[in-house]
Amino acid sequence: MPPKVRDTFTVRSDHDVVTVRQKARQLATELGFSLVNQTKLVTAVSELARNMVVWGGGGTVRMEIVKNGALQGVRLTFEDHGRGIPDIEQAMKDGYSGGSGLGLGLGGAKRLVDEFDIVSRVGKGTRVTITRWK
Amino acid sequence: MERIPILKMGKFLIVSIQVDMHDELALALQEDLAEQIVKTRAKGVLIDISSLNLVDSFTARILGNMTAMARLLDAETLVVGMRPAVAMTLVELGVSLRGIRTAGNAEKGMALLEAIVAQQAKSNAPKST
Repeated sequence: MPPKVRDTFTVRSDHDVVTVRQKARQLATELGFSLVNQTKLVTAVSELARNMVVWGGGGTVRMEIVKNGALQGVRLTFEDHGRGIPDIEQAMKDGYSGGSGLGLGLGGAKRLVDEFDIVSRVGKGTRVTITRWK
Repeated sequence: MERIPILKMGKFLIVSIQVDMHDELALALQEDLAEQIVKTRAKGVLIDISSLNLVDSFTARILGNMTAMARLLDAETLVVGMRPAVAMTLVELGVSLRGIRTAGNAEKGMALLEAIVAQQAKSNAPKST
């Protein structure tokens, strides 16, 4: 069964970052995520959405409910058409910073979710997909 | 523009963050706090984050900045009321909040702040001969 797309959001400003993380919280709550799992998911969403605004010049966030047998989860896809990341391995390291925050955006977000996938092409943009199971 | 209120209580300033802050709002709070510390000559700052259900790396950086900045302006800072789920998430995110003093709730935080400030006043006082 293909995943059910819940919503797609345009993220261009720090206000949009707040909106998208609130929407993610709402969905995780509906699915019955524990408070800790909700918080981890929403924090990862906040990091990645901010990255997109600061580095990617904004983009879109697609939010969907995924199933794997009896397991239910939330999957989010962050896509921008910004400058892209030349060295992903380097960018995933703690301490790598694009400017704001502690430089923990990507690596930190990865630790907060169950599945993390990143594809980036210089000059074309970046797509990050995360999944957190209930 | 929307602002986080800063309240003065005796020698202290109290900031209670009750909204899901966007980055600009957090930066404005940082500026306002510096201004208020100087203006009121506050000796301590209590930052209540018990309403926050999310502290990401940006918010953590702002809390760290406010603490460091207050120290330079001769005021101690205490962050109180962090939710357990937020603490667990911050650890996994890799944020240690080093250099930030915390207390479980506002009451404990206020008592601790009083004690720290009293201790400092004592050690700064000229020795009697």
